[in-house]
Amino acid sequence: MKMSLAKLCLVFAAVLLLAVPQVSQAKELSGDLEIFSWWAGDEGPALQALIKQYKAQNPKVNVIDATVSGGSGVNAKAVLKTRMLGNEPPDSFQVHSGQELIGTWVKADRMEDLTFLFKEQGWMDVFPEGLIKLIGTDDGIWSVPVNVHRSNVMWYIPANLKKWGVEAPKTWAEFLKIAPKLQKEGIVPLALAQNWTANHLWESVALASLGSDKWNALWSGKLRFDSPDVVKAWELFGKVLKYTNSDASSLSWQQATDMVIDGKAAFNIMGDWAAGYMSTTKKMVPGKDFDWSASPDTTGEFMFLADSFGLPKGAPNRDNAIAWLKVLGSKEGSDTFNPLKGSISARKDSDLSKYNVYLQSAAADFGKDIVVGSLAHGVAANETFMGGFAQVMEMFLKTHNAKAVSKACQQLADKAKIGK
Amino acid sequence: MREASRDRLQAFLTLLPSIILIGIFVYGFIGNTIWISMTNWGGDGALALNPEMQFVGLENYIDLFTGFLSSGFRQDLVNAVYYSIMLLAGAISLGMFIAILLDQKPKGEDLLRTIFLYPMSLSFIVSGTIWRWLLAPQGGVNILPTYIGLPALDFKWTSSTRAVLEFNWQNLLQIFLYIAAFALILIGLWILKSNPDRAVKRWLGPGVIIGLCAWLGGSLLPQALFMEETHGFNLATLGIIIATVWQYSGYTMALYLAGFNGISQDLRDAAMLDGASETAYYRHIAIPMLKPITISAVIILSHISLKMFDIIFAMTGPDNAQTGHPALSMYMTTFRANDFARGAAIAIVLFMVAALFIVPYVVSQYRQRARG
Repeated sequence: MKMSLAKLCLVFAAVLLLAVPQVSQAKELSGDLEIFSWWAGDEGPALQALIKQYKAQNPKVNVIDATVSGGSGVNAKAVLKTRMLGNEPPDSFQVHSGQELIGTWVKADRMEDLTFLFKEQGWMDVFPEGLIKLIGTDDGIWSVPVNVHRSNVMWYIPANLKKWGVEAPKTWAEFLKIAPKLQKEGIVPLALAQNWTANHLWESVALASLGSDKWNALWSGKLRFDSPDVVKAWELFGKVLKYTNSDASSLSWQQATDMVIDGKAAFNIMGDWAAGYMSTTKKMVPGKDFDWSASPDTTGEFMFLADSFGLPKGAPNRDNAIAWLKVLGSKEGSDTFNPLKGSISARKDSDLSKYNVYLQSAAADFGKDIVVGSLAHGVAANETFMGGFAQVMEMFLKTHNAKAVSKACQQLADKAKIGK
Repeated sequence: MREASRDRLQAFLTLLPSIILIGIFVYGFIGNTIWISMTNWGGDGALALNPEMQFVGLENYIDLFTGFLSSGFRQDLVNAVYYSIMLLAGAISLGMFIAILLDQKPKGEDLLRTIFLYPMSLSFIVSGTIWRWLLAPQGGVNILPTYIGLPALDFKWTSSTRAVLEFNWQNLLQIFLYIAAFALILIGLWILKSNPDRAVKRWLGPGVIIGLCAWLGGSLLPQALFMEETHGFNLATLGIIIATVWQYSGYTMALYLAGFNGISQDLRDAAMLDGASETAYYRHIAIPMLKPITISAVIILSHISLKMFDIIFAMTGPDNAQTGHPALSMYMTTFRANDFARGAAIAIVLFMVAALFIVPYVVSQYRQRARG
């Protein structure tokens, strides 16, 4: 009897021992999860939808939505940097994927490698290979992309173009041919806004002038910024600038888009959040009220940027943060978020029926085009380069000296250790 | 223990905590910033827990003033000088003018005073946003004339790319000599009345000689840059200057009004009896009596002009060479480009410029007190 009791105890203990790992795996997550982002205003609802999904899976976790508003994260990044320097990281923070993350936080050894998560969730197969290359280094993969935006898109109003008797140019040569005609009629050929949109225009023009191979060579340090190719790109940019509005520096990107909508300007080159602005805010029908094409000379090339979340080393609630990243990378998460945000999913298998006409066409292009990284939005170069580039751009807007600016870019690249 | 020394000890102990706190949090941090500005903290891995920093001496400063890539900073510095001068001139003269009008005791003086003082209670971000709309190229002020049937203006208040009063930064040394000569002559003129001999020997003479040398031998001096770089007074700053003057002239008005009210009525009556006109009264009696108020207005406004960060950010954004300011470029260099050492160097340059305004004030205050 005694023996059997002991045996029973042993069996019971063994069962318990086997059961424990499963119990702990199924254990509900609890505690806090602090999500640091700059998604306020228009983009707030999309983030809230994601948080709702996370809460449904992990009801016991208290989600702290630490949002610092400010366009493209100007303010949020400053707050984040002071927090990280004070060794007080949030559990997960928003960052533009690519060099903006790698050059700042990965080089500082502050991020955890997420390769294990990509393998465990099977993300290696569902994200395009080119994308994984741009968000990773030889040492690992550093963030989970939530969305993909396209930067090289040209917007226009088909009815207006018809009225003026022009067609959307496929090349910059065509544009330069029709631009003087438009200008003579008092129409701004290309609407431009403040400094960063000039950077945005530059990357589309430079990609057109250089082609994707040389564009990539530029950022891997194989092509110098003071080489004749790049000088040529700056010269083309200078020619295009002549046909932009002179009050650009006091306009926001929405106001530049408005110029196109109101028929004051013919074209605008902006990322595809402009489609969200026109269809959601302005209630215009994509494909009918407004139309788009790849920016001149970049058909077949998809210049991408992506918002993503990473896992900082020393995150106070690491398990909760990993569960959050799993939601972000999942098909459901990404298809909940993106239609609301006005962007496409980074996954190849997303449910396209949930997206509008524009996004469907962008998703189709993303699947087949050559994917290259954007400079103005943090994929191609680190923050040292980007900070300096804004000043180089101002130098060019003032002097229009392509050679001097190319030289300045090369100095900046040396300082920022591009390609090293 | 004697009564007096115990009092002294008590006073010292009461002050001790704030002395320690100010020592650490003001002077300690200034020292730390100076130290950081002399290192190479920046670039890759700048945000590591223990970033690598090496002492590089004055390299950051030399780069700011002569480096090829720093032309943006130099433009900002020139802008800052113009912002300061224009804000001082505008706010003080407008404030004084309103104060003189209100000193005539018009009806509803209290209400008017409140109205004029009110803009100061707004934050720069709020007034900046309002003025941004008012000065938009196709709206606000520019379409005002259309209400009376005139064509709309097309002045680009905050986005003009024109500059006037341009000079070439290549001649940095020459410019420094001019400034030095100007300062010497100014001090010389200041003390010419009280001590003509010393003024001529110590200040005026050397000032004129340095100025002449710089003028004649300017082309012989080494040049700071290898290519021409012109900076000047950007017309796009006008919009921001208008907004700041609007915001702060009420404040100087309040200062002057308090001063005018402090002058005894007897003095005014006496002046009037002697046949002084209103203009003469203000010119020869009231305004000279308010010299301390003018000085404190200058000090306060000049340090405000060096902190014009939020209004520029709200009106024209962070990357706009035409309206840039060193305070903005410090923030962007530090927190966007992760170049902490350079950011610190810009901060110290700003600190030095602020000291240029504050130190003479403090010195003159001490002198006055020493004279009793």
